[in-house]
Amino acid sequence: MTSLVLLDVGQPTEVQATIDESGVWIEVDGVETALGWELKSEGLCRDGICISMARRPGLTRDGRLNLDALADLLGRPLAHSPEEGAAYLGPAMDLFDHTLETLEAPDFTLPDLGGRLHSLSEQRGSKVLLVAWASW
Amino acid sequence: MVITVAVDRADDARSWIERANPTHPSLIDEHHRLAELYNMVNVPTVVWIDETGRITRPNDVAFTTERGGRYANVSTDEQMALLRSWVRGSLSPPSDDDIRQRVAPLSDESRVARAHFGLGWWLHQEGRFGAAQHQFSIGGELAPDDFMIRRGTMPLRGSDPFGPEFVEMVTDWLARGHTYYLPLPVE
Repeated sequence: MTSLVLLDVGQPTEVQATIDESGVWIEVDGVETALGWELKSEGLCRDGICISMARRPGLTRDGRLNLDALADLLGRPLAHSPEEGAAYLGPAMDLFDHTLETLEAPDFTLPDLGGRLHSLSEQRGSKVLLVAWASW
Repeated sequence: MVITVAVDRADDARSWIERANPTHPSLIDEHHRLAELYNMVNVPTVVWIDETGRITRPNDVAFTTERGGRYANVSTDEQMALLRSWVRGSLSPPSDDDIRQRVAPLSDESRVARAHFGLGWWLHQEGRFGAAQHQFSIGGELAPDDFMIRRGTMPLRGSDPFGPEFVEMVTDWLARGHTYYLPLPVE
């Protein structure tokens, strides 16, 4: 057993995992703590939605979930560094499908220089010109 | 309403924001959350969002100065005129299908590239700079058109984002027949 930092779109949680030639196997409890997905008889469940594991053979073994298979099943991009003991899961593809379907601008909450948080959704009712820039 | 988002570290963006002293929300996005949500690959990128929160004009390139506009081969005057028409309500809105056509395609490689950026950024914050750099390189190789990753990490890597690495990157990119900025047509 070794510990792995699982970054859920940047949010880190330390989980316990077994690593061998067949991949990274994360303890089921860790997956629930890090990502909110719980292993039930119906499949992987979160917020009242279950994904059947029949869609992804090789996902479970001895109470652990295979990291690559999990990312694939959830439709999430994965970057894993075994040397650094850390893996990053990006947002699910559903997010982009939803944007393309509804054309709703994805909401975000970000700080200003003073640390005060602002959300795009606070501007509902006004036209918004969103400008991404950088010093670089 | 204008919302500006610096896809940058707060300390790198600070002097620009303080000098501009804006009255609109001027936000900091160190983790490139906006790139992830809106599939942005470079700056400057602008998005028009209507009163109901829907995208009217997806990712576009816009500069505030003529000099910047020349880099992107756009007329800042024409872009500004178009923006004013939209704000005044005298621009007939494009159909949903027209808007969708303009949404930049998103590849699996670019999504994985951003995951490598995210991992790299975390490693950087942990002080593991070599490992972070390695992740940034993987990201840049997977998504060579993602300048949020390739150029945006230069300050984190101690490279001048206006220096030789940038010049070489753009020269190579253009020589391979690509465009550095991809503005939408103004009509």
